[in-house]
Amino acid sequence: MSESTYEPIIIGFLCNWCSYRAADLAGTARLHYSINMRPIRVMCSGRVEPDLVLAALRNGADGVLIAGCHPGECHYLEGNLKTLRRYKLLKRMLAQFGIEQERVQLVWASASEGSALANAIDRMTQELRQLGPLRWQETVIQRMDFQPAQRVEAISDPVGEEVP
Amino acid sequence: MIGGEQKFKLAMYWAASCGGCEISVLNIGERLLEVDAFFDIVFWPVAFDFKYSDLRAYPDGYIDLCLFNGAIVNSENEEIAHLLRQKSKLMVAFGSCASAGGIPALANLTTPSAIFQTVYLNNPSIDNPDQTLPEPTYPVQEGELHIPTFYPTVKKLEQVVEIDYVIPGCPPEADQIWQVLQSVISILQNGMPLPPKGAVLGATDTAVCKECVLEKHEKQIARFYRPYEIVPEPGLCLLEQGLLCLGPATRGGCGALCPKVGIGCRGCYGPLDGVEDQGARILAALSSVISAGDPKDEEQEIERKIDAAIDTLIDPAGTFYRFGMAGSLLIRARNGGSR
Ligand code: SF4
Ligand code: SF4
Ligand code: FES
Repeated sequence: MSESTYEPIIIGFLCNWCSYRAADLAGTARLHYSINMRPIRVMCSGRVEPDLVLAALRNGADGVLIAGCHPGECHYLEGNLKTLRRYKLLKRMLAQFGIEQERVQLVWASASEGSALANAIDRMTQELRQLGPLRWQETVIQRMDFQPAQRVEAISDPVGEEVP
Repeated sequence: MIGGEQKFKLAMYWAASCGGCEISVLNIGERLLEVDAFFDIVFWPVAFDFKYSDLRAYPDGYIDLCLFNGAIVNSENEEIAHLLRQKSKLMVAFGSCASAGGIPALANLTTPSAIFQTVYLNNPSIDNPDQTLPEPTYPVQEGELHIPTFYPTVKKLEQVVEIDYVIPGCPPEADQIWQVLQSVISILQNGMPLPPKGAVLGATDTAVCKECVLEKHEKQIARFYRPYEIVPEPGLCLLEQGLLCLGPATRGGCGALCPKVGIGCRGCYGPLDGVEDQGARILAALSSVISAGDPKDEEQEIERKIDAAIDTLIDPAGTFYRFGMAGSLLIRARNGGSR
């Protein structure tokens, strides 16, 4: 895939009580923002288990955006603090898998912050355009298939390269 | 049938493994005599002098029960997995390595070249002035010599052949092995229906915490400690004292052996039913014991507290996927990991 045609796919997990409404507001206010995010409504950012993020990355997303209520404003009191703890630990772990920090992001956006959310989506889209595609299935999992790898020169790194 | 011609046939094999699974089978002790009374052992490289050619000569489906331990890291492991599958009616992924990758699959966090560098070239205990590396084929006067080729990614058994059952554990506990063998024996003897394909045998479907006798108090922690840093208060949950324990997200069946002696659970019995990714579940469980301080604090203060706590958690990926890397959603790191 050439750089010019590559458009990142971002899976967005948006909290029903704030960020999903912020996205709605951005729409009704006719704000222009990148179409790269595919929104999924969740009842609270605390609902976003780490395996959902991993599944998205494995199954073709170039990045994952989690958006929830500001600290102190979660409808379930501390769901977003749970999110924050998991998110921080998840990012440490993803670095060990060779996944760049920009690919998973957390933003707080209240129901009235349509433009803040739109800006965050624009910014993330731009960052992912620069990073290039992730395509875990093609570049990592399918490549794991048993290629004999014996000589050090020949096995410099059979996984994670760009697929032509 | 005991002692007669028509004994059922048992095989055991080790692919990339440490030998612990084999020892655990021997640990069933004199009950081995009962196993021997019921089964003919037709292949077990660690204990008997069978050759691969013997195995090849058996008719398909000749073996009734095959206990396969070890991960798949090279072409020999894969070839024998296929051969044993073809020759066996029931194929069991035995132990953590066969069922989820185990310790060998931690290699998936690095690259084959880094592994070769460490093992053959840069290891302080190695003397290799000619920089000799294993070659898959090597010409000698008499012809060509072959050794198995090393694969870039470690797999679990199920990623290579179809399996019937899983017996988890590193290693599976001897009492659990015996229980499984006993029930297989009585099923085969009486022609009863087998457990559903894919079933996890020799384990419970509740978390290690449920079997653990240590007391929990729903406490949160400001940091983690490594085992040498503190002496845990006896009788109290290790995790709530800051010692890493994966009990909340690990399948039980071992009797909570490790916490019983003051060591946090490493997760060897694998994920609970319905959990696809053990590491993600462990990550979520550990996050929930980290204290974020007073929720009314400034956001920066909350973040600082969380960061300070996770700074003390060394090697998250290696810890969360200590036994489950091959079975994880991502399966391996790309570009050698660590961004
Ligand atoms: S010590 Fe570990 S296994 Fe025991 S209750 Fe605490 S977390 Fe669970
Ligand atoms: S306590 Fe955990 S690591 Fe120890 S034997 Fe049980 S499952 Fe395995
Ligand atoms: S309800 Fe919005 S983050 Fe919890």
